[in-house]
Amino acid sequence: MAQGVWIVAEQRDGALRKISCELAGAARKLADQLGTEVSAVLLGSGIEGIAGELGKYGVDKIYVADNAALEPYTTDAHAAAVFKVVKENDPAILLFGASAQGKDLSARLAGRLATGLATDCTEVKIADGKMVAVRPIYAGKCFIEVVSLANPQMASLRPNVFPATETAKAGTIVKFDPGLDAAQLKTKVVEVQKDTSGRADLTEASIIVSGGRGMQGPEGYKILEELADLLNATVGASRAAVDAGWRPLADQVGQTGKVVSPNLYIACGISGAIQHLAGMSSSKYIVAVNKDSEAPIFTKADFGIVDDLFKVVPELTKECRKLLG
Amino acid sequence: MNIVACVKQVPDTEAQIRVKPDGSGIDETGIKWVMNAYDEYGVEEALRLKEKHGGDVTIVSLGPARSLEAIRTALAMGADKGIHICDPALDGADAYVTASALAAAIKGIPFDVIFCGQRAVDDDAGQVGAMLAELLGIPQVTVVTKLEVNGASIRATKPVEGAQLLIESPLPCVITAQKGLNEPRYASLPGIMKAKKKPVDVKNAQALGVSAEAKLKVLKFVPPPARPPGKIISGDDAVAKASQLVGLLRQEAKVI
Repeated sequence: MAQGVWIVAEQRDGALRKISCELAGAARKLADQLGTEVSAVLLGSGIEGIAGELGKYGVDKIYVADNAALEPYTTDAHAAAVFKVVKENDPAILLFGASAQGKDLSARLAGRLATGLATDCTEVKIADGKMVAVRPIYAGKCFIEVVSLANPQMASLRPNVFPATETAKAGTIVKFDPGLDAAQLKTKVVEVQKDTSGRADLTEASIIVSGGRGMQGPEGYKILEELADLLNATVGASRAAVDAGWRPLADQVGQTGKVVSPNLYIACGISGAIQHLAGMSSSKYIVAVNKDSEAPIFTKADFGIVDDLFKVVPELTKECRKLLG
Repeated sequence: MNIVACVKQVPDTEAQIRVKPDGSGIDETGIKWVMNAYDEYGVEEALRLKEKHGGDVTIVSLGPARSLEAIRTALAMGADKGIHICDPALDGADAYVTASALAAAIKGIPFDVIFCGQRAVDDDAGQVGAMLAELLGIPQVTVVTKLEVNGASIRATKPVEGAQLLIESPLPCVITAQKGLNEPRYASLPGIMKAKKKPVDVKNAQALGVSAEAKLKVLKFVPPPARPPGKIISGDDAVAKASQLVGLLRQEAKVI
């Protein structure tokens, strides 16, 4: 019978990604309710050294495949390796990060395993021995609770939502042969162009400073960049600002951009079109700065300032500098 | 080239989504239905490939009768023919059932490259493209912002957290389209007239030999959690308001 809660951990350049620890935290809670173990799959090349770190986050067993063909990530190689180890061990639950890599891999594997996958979940719980996954649809305008009717029950979890908890335990490392067949590896990564901004991706940022039409042009974002630098935040934008060419596509927050859940979202000069609100309303705290007191963004804001953002934002930066040095 | 583009008809992103009182679904009254925005990028890229390399573009869609409008829109943009998988047994199909039905339909026609949107803006699952590739036994490159076809292979740009990857894949493969891939054209009036005469083949689950048995069950739909009412920091002095806000973020919210 299928049992155990499994996670597919992620590493990049030999370092464990934060989402891996968040997955471990969520898996530990589910496993404790089911009275079962947490196992992790870790794939890459030269990564055995970091496998033990997962133990600190509540993983009992870490299945490691260390193989040059697993670095960098490709769908073909990782899907083959995870499929093999899952088939050999028959877990009941299989969790991924809802990251670029996790979404790509989980969907391919759900097809191969012919099972149900819940994408980008914000909550997972156990009811009647099965995992119930809660996830936003319509970018958060509505939520659904879903359950997989086949095993393993798969879900990808939204970054920044599930707490990672350190424990005093250490996991057991189990090496496995990913059994890769060169003929199956059809795609390859020919170039990696790293972003040099040093800022977190919007989907993983804990603070986002976002600007909309009220920024009046690309140069307006300078004051947001300054505030973001101080808060170690990422700069976002509304669709209006992106469509106007003021900001790159990767910065767009909303139903046709990125759906984000930071601890703090500071919306400057964003009126709050419904498709924007959908993409950011699961943020823990929302601040709105806007001249128009009737702007819909204020209906979602925890704290609002009705004023000219070009006066307020530089003052916020000054105040933060006093506080944070 | 034989090019396939999969499309889904979804509520317009400006639509208010209301959950039915019994939690069984969303209230569809008054919703304006459109082609999923990400699928439009896929259709546009398909048309550009056809213009450059020759061949034809087949649109495949699974959905109720109204989905024919989305197929006609793609035909009006310039696609050549359509396959409409229409069967009440497939209403509310999950990603696995959808991918199985699309795979069955596509297996019956020649294909070199298949486009899907990277996700549909209704259920936000983002699974169908990858599952379709798996079921057809071909590679996938998901969430693509730039595509180059060179003979029997492609090079695609895929943004990931903190980097852009350039991925090479042989054909045939599935590409899932992300905003940035192109700027979709509008259908012209002559295009709309011509689209009415283009062939659309209607198939049901039985004809395709697909099972409608779901892998994922929706227990209930719920409205998003309500946010507590916010606090407007009032006053005339921007400096004082900024200072008060920073204090609240530090002491009350503890987020900075």
